[in-house]
Amino acid sequence: MKKLFPILGILTGVLLSYALYQGLVVAPTEQTMGNVQRIFYYHVPSAWTAFILFFVNFGASISYLIKRKPAADIVALVSAEVGVVFCTVVLITGPIWARPVWGIWWTWDMRLTSTLVLWLIYMSYLFLRSFSSSGETPVLAASLAVLGALCVPFVYFSIWFFRTQHPQPVIGGGGSIAPSMLHALLINWLAFSCFAFMVCWSRYRLEVLQREVEQAHAMRSLEEPSTSMREERYLERKA
Amino acid sequence: MRANPYLFAAYAATWIIHITYLGIIARRYSRLKNEVDELNK
Repeated sequence: MKKLFPILGILTGVLLSYALYQGLVVAPTEQTMGNVQRIFYYHVPSAWTAFILFFVNFGASISYLIKRKPAADIVALVSAEVGVVFCTVVLITGPIWARPVWGIWWTWDMRLTSTLVLWLIYMSYLFLRSFSSSGETPVLAASLAVLGALCVPFVYFSIWFFRTQHPQPVIGGGGSIAPSMLHALLINWLAFSCFAFMVCWSRYRLEVLQREVEQAHAMRSLEEPSTSMREERYLERKA
Repeated sequence: MRANPYLFAAYAATWIIHITYLGIIARRYSRLKNEVDELNK
């Protein structure tokens, strides 16, 4: 496994470079928006990757609620954290695209607002996990994750149910796309999915190590007699 | 392809976010490794 990680890391780096080349050079320039449309090759794959990670978080949370296995809890935490990173990319690249195209950075339409709410839900999930030391925290977080996952389909389908300024989806929606643009989009999605997998893997190893260290500290504190115990023993010996 | 400041900003922002997150992971990992070494002593 240790040897596989750097190999997959290099392959992911090559794939990301190829995806960047596809998005910036190979994909044709859109006639109306010009080069700013190329933001789409980072914005859309990041959104899809974030949605997948939130569904992984949902599955792991359900699994944890049923079986209470620590590995499921770690997968839930890791997928939510990396999902939030990708969702942050979506929320930043979207307004950067909107400014030259719509003339505004942000509008409170359903797609944009629901994406922001989704991001806030998962941020609250991460805050809950970081700042609560109760033993029930993973259970509470898993319950919050189930609520968050219910918002994901709402975010995706919000442009079907409400009149929004956001463009229609290019796959499974009213939007259309040239095959060469679709090719660049799918390559970028594959590259970002592989990158997300590698980041999740690193974060998983980190979380496992952190729990091992916490356990070692706990064991050590149990093994070492406390100051009050040492004093009691000293007084007993003295008596 | 003509350079576009918005395109550059979006791509740069994406990689700044990802690299910052990877940096946080790497720093936490090295700190934990040091802690493991101290525990093993």
